[in-house]
This record gives sequence, structure tokens and C-alpha cells, in this order.
Amino acid sequence: MIPAAFEYYRPTDLAGALSILEEHGDDARVMAGGHSLIPMMKLRMADVPHLIDLQDVEGLGGIEVSGDSIRLGAMVTQSDIINHAALTEAAPILREAALQIADPQVRYMGTVGGNVANGDPGNDMPGLMQCLDASFTLVGPDGSREVDAREFYEAAYMTAREDEEILTAVTIPLPKGGYAYEKQKRKIGDYATAAAAVQLVKDGESCSAASIAMTNLSDTPVYCEAAGAALVGTTLDDAAIKAAVAAMLGGIDPSEDNRGPIAFKTHVAGVILRRAIERAWSRA
Amino acid sequence: MSNKMHIKMTVNGKEEEFLAEPRELLIYTLRERLNITGPHIGCDTSHCGACTVTLNGKSVKSCTMFVAQANGAEVTTIEGLGTPDDLNPLQAAFKEHHGLQCGFCTPGMITRASKLLEENPNPTEEEIRFGMAGNICRCTGYQNIVKSIQAAAAEMASAKEAAE
Repeated sequence: MIPAAFEYYRPTDLAGALSILEEHGDDARVMAGGHSLIPMMKLRMADVPHLIDLQDVEGLGGIEVSGDSIRLGAMVTQSDIINHAALTEAAPILREAALQIADPQVRYMGTVGGNVANGDPGNDMPGLMQCLDASFTLVGPDGSREVDAREFYEAAYMTAREDEEILTAVTIPLPKGGYAYEKQKRKIGDYATAAAAVQLVKDGESCSAASIAMTNLSDTPVYCEAAGAALVGTTLDDAAIKAAVAAMLGGIDPSEDNRGPIAFKTHVAGVILRRAIERAWSRA
Repeated sequence: MSNKMHIKMTVNGKEEEFLAEPRELLIYTLRERLNITGPHIGCDTSHCGACTVTLNGKSVKSCTMFVAQANGAEVTTIEGLGTPDDLNPLQAAFKEHHGLQCGFCTPGMITRASKLLEENPNPTEEEIRFGMAGNICRCTGYQNIVKSIQAAAAEMASAKEAAE
């Protein structure tokens, strides 16, 4: 419950935040909503001698929806996502997923940038962003770069972000077609036993595009390219869905924990993906 | 040990100023420094919501916020919502509809419910249960909390109508 002492900084611009990061290296961490970092600090599992609070940094907020893409500032909260009408219109899967994350209080504070940068495979937004083929803007001392969500996750808590970089925004190509974020969890606020993000395009009777990613079934989110490919060109009959599920199961690598043994998680992953595909198809 | 910071915040309408280590959690600031002991601590993993307060218009779990982050903020706790002689409609409804037993979750419950009704003055039962999902109760089984919030919503709606 009692975090170790730290020096606290509340810079008002990105340059200020970056210079503190650069000065203290590994000893400094940025904090967004604080709802993963503070709990870890209270358990003394995260040691942060220099804490940089991003709440006043200019340019990290804002939801922009344009004709072909969506830009979410890193400090956009889950509750901002849920309550933004134009965003829900453009990409309803974001609201559907955000409502399955944590609880009201946590959603007022927790941010999209923190969720995707945290690196915990339990987080829901990383798989969702892989499904949507989002990219993350990382700003460091040498300038800014874009990293695809599908390339960002290396292992549990290990991402492509360098220590001296700050994730400033998430850019999402405007999604098309039907969608579903389906999550099996033990209770409100729990990380998924298994979750699936699905986005499908229907052309006549058949599926012309499909994107699938899974949450908390490996030490990273799992983008299932082969599972999506198994649906394309089909009418989404039972055989096609079975093929997609089989392809997905080849890509995940769940581990046993309080949510269940591997065989159970594998079973749940299949059930959840089937439900997500069927719901996305009904909306396509 | 880190340097103490000069902190200013408004709590239940009163300006407070003090020196604190940045790591002090807001719940301790409220309870131990300001003697506002309605908000409680029920866990150390940010689940229970017994520490819920309203901060700059958001329901927050004050165990998951450093005092440094809350510098400059406006905070409302259960103590700011009503008094024993002049209960807030939610407080009156929790009393009337038996929405509490041990009372440990109640300050967080009512503070959260006040924000819920501000955002959604006429919630369905499902919306109440979902909107209160960040607050755990060990005693009531939630049923009477739902009834209390429904009753408060109705009371607030009719008071508003009467005022118009």
C-alpha cells in the first residue's frame, strides 16, 4: 500500500518531460492515469525514483475523427472514449471495448496511451489496436517515429518503446464494416480470461476483409492474420468459422493462472472468437 | 526521502494548504492530514472503491492518486454532500431503503452514486449496477443500494420538477 519516495515532476510541455526522462534514464518513468503504475508502486513492484506526471503536458489530449483516420491523444481517458459521439459513430468497437475495461472510477483516470504502452498482456486496448491496424507515435530526443501496433509488443512489459521515448498518440485507420469486442472475464474489472477483437467487411453475401486479434492469451496481444484470412472470401459458414478458430489457436500461447489451466483458456478462446465473429458479422 | 511539496487543494469547499511528500496517497491526505475520515480504505489493489471521492468532476479512487497529482484540485467527499441535519437525497435514500449495514463502503458508494446521477439522472437498474461496479459491498448484496439510488433519482427528479 505504501509506495517508496520519489521526486515528482509535472512538466507542461513534451520537451520538458523528455528532458527529465533523458536526465534520469532508467530511474524516471512517465505516468498518465496512474492506474497501473501506482498499484505497482504501492506493491513496490515498480521502483520509480523520478515520476513525471503527464497531466499538464500540452498536446497529449484530444480525439480527432477525420475522413480516413482517428487520432487519439495518449492522455485520452477510457471515459473520454465512451462519451465521444463522433468517435463512437466512426469506430464503435472502441466504446464497446472501453466499457469492458476496469470500472467507472478507473475509466475516468486510465488513458488509452497508458493502456497500450503498459505492456501488460492483460490490457485490452493492445489487441484491439492490432485488430484495427493502429500505429503509435513515439517521441524521443531524436524526434518522432511511428510504430505499428502489430509490431509494438515484444514480451510481457517489453515493447518497442525506448526508455527515453514517450508514446504521444494512437492513430487508427477508419474501420469499416461490422465489429465486436468479446471478453470473457471472472467479474467486473478483471483482465480477460480470453478476449477477441474482430472487424469484418461484408460484400454481398461474402466476407471481403477480416481482422482478428486476441487478448491475454500469450505474453503479448496476438494479431491472428491467418484467422482473418480464413474468413475472407467465405460466407462465414460454420466451416469458415471453424477454420478461423483453428488458425487462431495456432497463434496463441496461454499460460496457467487463477483464470484457469491452458486447456480451459484454449477452449474459452475458441468460444469467444466464434461469438465475436458472429456478432461482428451480424453488424457488418 | 524526497522533498516535500507545497500543496493547495479545495476540499468540500474549503481551501487547504500544506507541505507533503509527493508519494502521499490522496486517501491518507484526506483521512490523516485533514481528518476527513468518511472515505475508507478497503484494499490495496484499487478494486473496492471505498476511498471514492469526486475530484475535478470525476469519481476517483483516492487510494490510486498521489497528493502531488491532486495539487490544485477540487475534491468532494461524503462530508461535503450533506450533514446529519440536512441529508443529501442519496444519504436520505440509503437510510430509508436500508442501503447500508456496516457503513464502511457507504461513503464511497454515495459519493460515486452522486456523480452517476449527475451524469445519468434517470438510470435503469442495469445502468445503476454497471455504473456502481467500481464499488464493492460486503454487507448488502447490492439490492438495497440499487433501490436507494433509484429512490434518490426519483426524489431528485421530483424536487427539480417542483423547482421549475
